[in-house]
Amino acid sequence: MRTYRRYVSGTWWWRNPYYRWYMLREASCVAITVYALILLVGLARLRQGEVAYEDWLERLSRPWAIAFHAVAFVLVAYHAWTWFKIMPKTLPRLPVPDRAIVVAGVAAIGVCSTLLWWLARI
Amino acid sequence: MKRANKPIFWSLFGAGGMLSALIGPMLVFITGIAVPIGLVSRETMSYERMRMLADNGFGKLALVAVIGLFLFHGLHRMYHSVHDFGVHVTPAMKAAFHGAAFLGTLAAAYLVLA
Repeated sequence: MRTYRRYVSGTWWWRNPYYRWYMLREASCVAITVYALILLVGLARLRQGEVAYEDWLERLSRPWAIAFHAVAFVLVAYHAWTWFKIMPKTLPRLPVPDRAIVVAGVAAIGVCSTLLWWLARI
Repeated sequence: MKRANKPIFWSLFGAGGMLSALIGPMLVFITGIAVPIGLVSRETMSYERMRMLADNGFGKLALVAVIGLFLFHGLHRMYHSVHDFGVHVTPAMKAAFHGAAFLGTLAAAYLVLA
C-alpha cells in the first residue's frame, strides 16, 4: 500500500524564532548522545588498565574536547531547563499550580547538582 | 493486532530525559570542564577512584544507567529530529536508532560486569 506523503521542507523551523529555539533544544540530544559515547569509551579504557585510562583522561584536556564539553554543557543545561518548563504539560493534571511544578523541578536540578559536586569533591 | 512498542521506548526516553535534566549539566561540567582544566583536582577522576566506582555494585548500576539512558534519550530524539528535517522516517530507521542505544547499553553492562 502506498500512502500519501506530504512534502516537508528541511528548513521550516528557521522562519519562526519559537521553532528555532525548539531546534536548539533538540540539538542537545546530539550532545547527550556524544557525551554518553565518550563515557562509554572511558569505561572501556578503564577496563584496559591504568595506561589506557590515563590516555583517555589526557585526551579530555585537549582544546577540542573542552570546547565540545563547553557547548554540551550549555545545550544540556538548556534541555534541563526546558524539561521542567514543559513538565506541567507533560505530566497528568496535578492539583498544584503549574509554577510549583517548574520551581520544584529547577530546585531538584539544584539539589542533584550540589550532591554530585559534593560527591566529586570527597 | 501487533502490540505497540512505543510505551517501552517512550519510557526509556523519559527516564533518560529526567536523568539528564537532573544530573546532566553538572556531570558534563565535572568530567568535561572542571577536571580537565584543573578547577578541581585530577584525583577526582583518578584511575583508582574510577576503578572503585566500577567495582562497586551501586557504581556499576549508576554507570550503566547514565550511559544507557542517555543513549536511549538522545537517539530517540535524534530519530524524531530526522523527521523534523523533512526526511521521511521508516521502521528500519527507528530500529537502527533504538538498536544503537540498546547495543551501547549492552556494551556498558558488559564492561562493568565482565
